[in-house]
Amino acid sequence: MTDSAMTDKADTPPGPVAAADDGGLFELEYVTSTEATDIVGIADRYELFIGGGFRKPASKEYFETINPATEEVLTSVAAGSSRDIDRAVGAARDGFETWSALPGSERAKYLFRIARLLQERGREFALLETLDGGKPIREARDFDVPTAAAHFFYYAGWADKLEYAFPGLDPKPLGVAGQIIPWNFPLLMLAWKIAPALATGNTIVLKPAETTPLTALLFAELAAEAGLPDGVLNVVTGDGATGAALVDHQGVDKVAFTGSTEVGKAIQSSLAGTGRHLTLELGGKAPHIVFDDAALDQAVEGVVNGIFFNQGHVCCAGSRLLIQESVSEVFVDKLKRRLSTLRVGDPLDKNTDVGAINSRAQLDRITELVEAGRSEGTEIFQPACALPDRGFWFTPTLFLDVAQSSRIAREEIFGPVLSISTFRTPAEAVEKANNTPYGLSAGVWTNKGSRILWMADRLKAGVVWANTFNKFDPASPFGGYQESGFGREGGRHGLLPYLQGTH
Amino acid sequence: MAMTTSTDTNLPRSSVGSATRHNLLGTGAVTKQSMAAFLGAVPPVDQVGIAERVASLATRSVKREAKAKTLRLAVSMIDLTTLEGMDTPGKVRQLAAKALRPDPSDPTIPLPAALCVYPAMVPTALAALEGSPVKVAAVSTYFPSGQAPLEVKLADVRAAVEMGADEIDMVIDRGAFLSGRYVEVFDQIVAVKEASGHCHLKVILETGELATFDNVRRASMLAMAAGADFIKTSTGKVQPAATREVTLVMFEAIRDFHDLTGAVIGMKPAGGIRTSKDAIRYLVLLSETLGPRWLTPDLFRFGASSLLNDLLMQIGWLRDGRYQSPNYYTND
Amino acid sequence: MATSSSSRLDVRKTYKLFIGGAFPRSESGRTYPATDNDGNVLARMAEGSRKDLRDAMKAARSAQSGWAARTGYNRAQILYRAAEMLEDRADTFVAQLGYGGLSKPQARREVEQSIDRLVWYAGWGDKYAQIMGNLNPVAGPFFNISTPEPAGVVGTIAPETPALLGLVSRMAPAIIVGNTMVLVASHRWPMPAVTFSEVLATADLPGGVVNILTGPKANTVPVMAAHMDLNVIDAFGHTQDDMAMIETNAAHSVTRVVRPAADGFAWNDDRVARSPYMIADFTEIKTIWHPKGM
Repeated sequence: MTDSAMTDKADTPPGPVAAADDGGLFELEYVTSTEATDIVGIADRYELFIGGGFRKPASKEYFETINPATEEVLTSVAAGSSRDIDRAVGAARDGFETWSALPGSERAKYLFRIARLLQERGREFALLETLDGGKPIREARDFDVPTAAAHFFYYAGWADKLEYAFPGLDPKPLGVAGQIIPWNFPLLMLAWKIAPALATGNTIVLKPAETTPLTALLFAELAAEAGLPDGVLNVVTGDGATGAALVDHQGVDKVAFTGSTEVGKAIQSSLAGTGRHLTLELGGKAPHIVFDDAALDQAVEGVVNGIFFNQGHVCCAGSRLLIQESVSEVFVDKLKRRLSTLRVGDPLDKNTDVGAINSRAQLDRITELVEAGRSEGTEIFQPACALPDRGFWFTPTLFLDVAQSSRIAREEIFGPVLSISTFRTPAEAVEKANNTPYGLSAGVWTNKGSRILWMADRLKAGVVWANTFNKFDPASPFGGYQESGFGREGGRHGLLPYLQGTH
Repeated sequence: MAMTTSTDTNLPRSSVGSATRHNLLGTGAVTKQSMAAFLGAVPPVDQVGIAERVASLATRSVKREAKAKTLRLAVSMIDLTTLEGMDTPGKVRQLAAKALRPDPSDPTIPLPAALCVYPAMVPTALAALEGSPVKVAAVSTYFPSGQAPLEVKLADVRAAVEMGADEIDMVIDRGAFLSGRYVEVFDQIVAVKEASGHCHLKVILETGELATFDNVRRASMLAMAAGADFIKTSTGKVQPAATREVTLVMFEAIRDFHDLTGAVIGMKPAGGIRTSKDAIRYLVLLSETLGPRWLTPDLFRFGASSLLNDLLMQIGWLRDGRYQSPNYYTND
Repeated sequence: MATSSSSRLDVRKTYKLFIGGAFPRSESGRTYPATDNDGNVLARMAEGSRKDLRDAMKAARSAQSGWAARTGYNRAQILYRAAEMLEDRADTFVAQLGYGGLSKPQARREVEQSIDRLVWYAGWGDKYAQIMGNLNPVAGPFFNISTPEPAGVVGTIAPETPALLGLVSRMAPAIIVGNTMVLVASHRWPMPAVTFSEVLATADLPGGVVNILTGPKANTVPVMAAHMDLNVIDAFGHTQDDMAMIETNAAHSVTRVVRPAADGFAWNDDRVARSPYMIADFTEIKTIWHPKGM
């Protein structure tokens, strides 16, 4: 064999100049211009949505919501208090009389309208979601909004088919649902809560997250545009105290919460002894297991997506990589190389992969935990990453050879930080994977079908992704074991939390 | 605010020993066992994962200011191709004329990298391109099917080399590959490389016939170990020809091969690439997977013909601010 | 059939077949008059022949694998869009049903029920498998799942009446899960069927998924029943006393025949005519095993 394969610039015969004019390497430059922000109008101030209209808060107070990428104030929203919660629950109770009496086919048609409108107005919602929360516009546009619309479409179809969902059950709604949603996927979490509740005939008081209220308020407008009867959906913005008031309200038949395990435990305590229904979708510390026979390059993409998608603000993020020792060096090298092509920056830039951290508070939490990892002596890797001066940002980070006992292996960071450990055998992988009080999700990469199924049987997680990760569909139930919560959202099982006689 | 990160493909290689492309399969004749071990070590490919990565990178958009530069780069990467039974000297001369003057109204447009023709047309092509930097690539080894005795295929190569071709585009023996005779496939490539002399060798895998991505990845590694300077997707005579998915699979193989041996192998997708939008998407895939080092006609070619005019029209649009009409661009 | 209030002459519509997404005339060149309840001629309809049936079958077969490969969500959206289009053209259908002697409120009721029935079946697209498919807890270390798949191509005989509701009620459950169909429309009241093809054609339904033939049923139904490349025959719209002919023909290729329990199917009764078990008739159950091991 000859050596001509060792192509060297010196050996290249003269030809048309193709490289950059200075003879250096050609660089493909991506657009830095951004999505037009005039598509969505943002009001100067937002009121509460109660009983089919926008109402001023009882306290007459408002709080600001900012763009975490620039720290600029976007607008003010109403500070809901317990008085407002009381009005909203009353409106929801009135709305329930109408809504639950409608034939399922009519409820279905309202939900189909909402699904279609969300598709029609998708650009506005995507933009608002990015501005308010910091996630890349590409994700908001290609994932959050279409999946939210699909969720409404899916549950619309159940509204008039409930008698087929659960054999032997006469499907009756619970009444008024108090729903509290987080800031990581504001619109999508809204869809996950509202769609099944309305399809089954319940009415709603929704409390959006403090740092991301805007898409919920735009959604209230959309619901009115769809002709949803008054009081069926109510939106009360506010802070933790507003949420607590909703949880504690006697007129609420059902509480559904997605957020941190810490707050979930507090809610469960509050409801103890009240007889009111509860479902919780809490935190996670998901194991992401890669075997040596995996499709390695696709596993790298899966691992990267698993922890850096949505800046790691994902309850089911694959935050603990468990890599088979026989392939760990090769895999970690590939991972490091892949990190250097991640684009961190302006969420409005369509080429951005990793956007802004949602708030100063969250950034502080991530920083504290990463410092703890460093001080524990764990080896760290961060690609060279120029971060903007204003706004909240964190560089994608790997911790290598992490001990099970370290804080970064045990505590949910909720940021773009991956801890990496090795294992030798499938049983060892399972043991390490399950060694956590959480149990939301798990990932497994292997080419062997029987091993996928063997592992899936043993992993203590509500969602197992095999040879993929972070896949969501309205037809697919989602929820956790143990301290990751109880109850499922999505699929036929997602109807259970909103019907009588099922739990 | 967004930053452009560079891809460093020169990360230190894992210490798997001092593998070079010459000893990957051991020194001496390759055996069934050593080939099985070599191919067995090639990781599987997940089809859905590949499609997702391709779809995700398709959303990247190139800066408008840089677009013209990128389109010109794409022009310089074209192997302008005619491979028809009815090719005549007249047809080949016309294509050569187009290669030498892609856009008569704009003399700053770079020239395509090569003309790609059947061996019988090599003398005509050489004469027409005399004195220019545009190369002549000859398809050979009983292109497109490769279904002939090895001596015939080698004679095909030698003829093209003797006539003065710069590059040889060979086809692998898909029948041998699909029936598991991998050593035979390997030995044929080695023989063709030798017969090619100083010519740069592109090895066509005919990915449409290999069907699975696992096969494509294994065939890529095999071809590179056997001496390919470039690995190429297709002859263009079989559907599907080039796709971005199969191209990504081959880029990943090239990356692994570089990690293992340090060798820098080129890639050519051929057939079905007609629009500038598509061309840019290929370049994005290339840049994101292999890095800027591969963004040169020495390491990447488009096997295409109608793509050229679409690139010229897009360059025209960027220059004039008007959407262009094909009437203003010559076919030859 | 618009009548002009002035001396303006109206442009009369030509009613054609619907095959492969296009509107061809019958290859026989024949037409027949569609008349109203009093015998007045309304329009001329294509008289579908056995060759038209043959072409429609080819179109249905060639569209089937692509249609089945789409997601249930996608099929559901398309059927929902057909409902949107039907709603938009409700007035036309009310008028056409009126020719058959229905009062305006009766006609309006039939159109609305048809729209709502389309929406109802659309909603099964992304969830049918959740009630009819399931994991099987076999006694061994195996993953075992049963999943409903579309049977393939369905040959459907639509009832003479109700001219719109009957057609919609048989079309929706079959296609929502990925079957394609050749449908022989009401002979006496064919106009709603042809107008409905226009609704389908504007609803992003791929060509060939639904094919509609008008004309005397005797020209096409026996040939369809005997066709060897049909997977299910939907004889809900066929007269009970001729059922033996259908079933004898179907026996040649062991083709399933689907028909109601008794004469006089209650088309207007949602409790009877809307059911996931209608869908079940058009599916096959596939069961897959895989071991579970380290």
